Amino acid sequence: MARHVVAQVGEIAPGTCKAVTVAGRDIGVFNVNGEHYALINRCPHEGAPLCWGQITGRFESDRPGEYRLTHVGEMLRCPWHGWEFDIKTGQSWCHPESVKARTYPVTIVPGEALAKGPYVAETVPVTIEQDYVVVEF
Amino acid sequence: MNVAVTDRQPDTAAQSNLGFVDCDVHPFVKSPADFDPFLSQRWRDLRASIGARSRTTFAGAPNYPRMSPGVGQRMDSWPEGGGMPGSDLKMMREQLLDKFGVAYGMMMPLVGSGLGERNVEFGAAMCTAANDWQAQVWCDAEPRLKASVQVNTEYVEAAVKEIEKRAGDRRFAQVMIPPRGLEPLGRRRYWPILEACAANGFPIALHLGGASGHPSTGGGWPSFYHEEHPSYPQSKEALVTSLVIEGVFEHIPNLKVALVEGGFAWLPSLTWRLDKQYKRLRNEVPHLKKLPSEYIRDHIWVTTQPIEEPEQPEDLLTTMEWIGWDRIMFSTDYPHWDQDDPRYAIKVPIPAAEKQMLFRDNAMSFYGLT
Amino acid sequence: MTIPGPGAIDVDIHPALPGTHVLLPYMDDYWRAHLKMRGLERDNYNAAAFPPNAAINCRPDWRPAKGFPGSDFDTLKAQALDAFQPRYAICNVLHGGPAIFSEDLSAAFCRAINDWVAHEWLDRDSRLRASIVVPQHSPELAAAEIKRCAADPRFVQVLLWEMAEIPLGRRMNWPIYRAADAHDLPIGVHAGSSYRHPPTNLGWPSYYLEDYVSWSTGFAGVLNSLISEGVFTEFPRLKVVLLESGVTWLPAWMWRANKTWRGVRAEVPWLDKSPADYAREHVRLSIQPFDGPPDHAKLLKIIEEIGCEDMLMFSTDYPHWHFDGNDAIPDGLPDALVRKILSENALKTYSRLS
Repeated sequence: MARHVVAQVGEIAPGTCKAVTVAGRDIGVFNVNGEHYALINRCPHEGAPLCWGQITGRFESDRPGEYRLTHVGEMLRCPWHGWEFDIKTGQSWCHPESVKARTYPVTIVPGEALAKGPYVAETVPVTIEQDYVVVEF
Repeated sequence: MNVAVTDRQPDTAAQSNLGFVDCDVHPFVKSPADFDPFLSQRWRDLRASIGARSRTTFAGAPNYPRMSPGVGQRMDSWPEGGGMPGSDLKMMREQLLDKFGVAYGMMMPLVGSGLGERNVEFGAAMCTAANDWQAQVWCDAEPRLKASVQVNTEYVEAAVKEIEKRAGDRRFAQVMIPPRGLEPLGRRRYWPILEACAANGFPIALHLGGASGHPSTGGGWPSFYHEEHPSYPQSKEALVTSLVIEGVFEHIPNLKVALVEGGFAWLPSLTWRLDKQYKRLRNEVPHLKKLPSEYIRDHIWVTTQPIEEPEQPEDLLTTMEWIGWDRIMFSTDYPHWDQDDPRYAIKVPIPAAEKQMLFRDNAMSFYGLT
Repeated sequence: MTIPGPGAIDVDIHPALPGTHVLLPYMDDYWRAHLKMRGLERDNYNAAAFPPNAAINCRPDWRPAKGFPGSDFDTLKAQALDAFQPRYAICNVLHGGPAIFSEDLSAAFCRAINDWVAHEWLDRDSRLRASIVVPQHSPELAAAEIKRCAADPRFVQVLLWEMAEIPLGRRMNWPIYRAADAHDLPIGVHAGSSYRHPPTNLGWPSYYLEDYVSWSTGFAGVLNSLISEGVFTEFPRLKVVLLESGVTWLPAWMWRANKTWRGVRAEVPWLDKSPADYAREHVRLSIQPFDGPPDHAKLLKIIEEIGCEDMLMFSTDYPHWHFDGNDAIPDGLPDALVRKILSENALKTYSRLS
């Protein structure tokens, strides 16, 4: 298990995603309403790059003709076949128990702490004044 | 229920080594004016003034709106420099041709409006333009891409002429006919077109679509794309039924047909049903000399996309065996939203010999490619 | 295989009107006079979708010397009831009355047909049950007819044509489902078209054989419509019985419908499970014709792929010709499944039978 610095805090705007390759893994780092989450950048269905998908809410309904948008900014639609994933958990909408996009734990770490290690900053230059998004795997 | 997911690592090399033939690739124009160099002044003026007239409801949108922008494109296929997915050869190479080591890609242009145009002279002119455009803009720049001769089936004389004109031009591999025309394709009025295909050595690709003006179900117009999208197989079933029962293959014994973008899992059941009901009603169709299943086996090929996803993934292979491995050809449908990735679309391992047939040999032989 | 003994429930037999004139006694004064004024009792309003002289629409040994197949009670009793000894057999009258363009005339025909069935058939044999025919293009009048007939417990189902003016799931049709639901009646959807539209989306085929084969593709459209529109979300107890639909198309439909749902379900967000699972819970199919494969192994594979033993129900589809002798069930099915097919599934589906 290593901790990988993948972005500066503030770099990924809310409602957007940054695609990174860390230690050979393609990962999407998402800012969901100010909180950061990381998902594998590969759809479990046919391998599409999930970061190209649309970040949306949950399209829900209790009965035909009634519509409700909830969890705005928390859902990701695969850029190919439109499978929907909960960015926070990786669970798919259609088969939450059996189909998931892999998630990675994300923490926010001050640059000062990073300087002490043990962190891997492959692509992001680190200064002690900044806070950083760190993904663990 | 079970859902097959991808837990394997990419297997790109496997397809590259095969020399994969992709039976459904969609090139697009950068601008509608791309056809102008291939149109006379009369048709350029008409294109710019009244424009295309088919049998659909909206001026610039399909009857059933898709679920992603650009009438249902793969979201990662929009060229950086602008334009529609499929309009940029460089990107097509990166995402498809080079990435998967494609030996040949069979182009199915769904642009140009000639196929379903109600003004049939304009339609024929647009088909000719789309054919020149494929050959000169795409095939000449990228010989791995093969063109499809577009024809407007409601203008039989022009269609036959266009087919004859392209015969012998190795850039063209097939004739493309939209199955949903005014009448089922097996009807006699279309036979001169089908005869011309066979006489000139062209197989026919029947890609889903067309604008018949008829509802997509026999019970009327559905409300949702959620119904329209799964109706494509029913369209294919009607197509097979029409071609077989009308006696097309009895009349034109060397005609070969590929069904494109309808999946294939529906075919065994249809074959059983046709054989069964044929035995009951054969006095109505004395022109048939064999069982429907025999005509299907001899004349019909299917392409895979959008590939069915059985709840038990191995059931797909069972279905393929029932159809016959030598009759199934892989297709991606790049760059549409429901396209299939050749590495992941089939969720169970396929024996090497069958893989070779599915990804390459069947198509090479069907299209007479070397 | 032949059915193993008495007591099955035959969910699809077809008594036929000998002629329109038989309805006159069952019409009120106004409509009786109206029909006679126009001479309608001399016209043939049977459905064009089932030409009675086509071989498939009457088994050779069941074909009567005169009259339409299924139009004579004694013949039907001997050939369908005494021969197969069902505990119950459900009469589905395939008539054009439900598709008459005038909604009111259609309703008058349907009322008369239902009363004719009750008096001429149900009263004559206690094994017979019937479906309520309704003016399908007039959902409010259809609902009224359902309510009227539901008072007679021998009516066990509402009958609709598979292909009509608008897809069955459309909200305009919901008064029909609301009324059926209120009276614990399943919706039977029978093969065939009122030909408001071509039976295929390619246009009008040339041959009846093509039409007949297309009925099974129409049923795929029926399921896509009922499920997508949320009929089973709105009416969670409702059962739909596909009659003379063919069976073996079902797995491929399931796979494809599920695939679309995973990507497109945001358009119809009221769906909370896959189309295949909606079908397994709410949809039943009669077993004739089965459109089975030529060998048992394939048949068993199809059964396994359907993935639910509750869906299939016995039918002879009398007098239509799908099998010979008493060979009414596909060979090679497991015994437990055969028991379910013969009666258990029907008893669970038709609450009025138990």
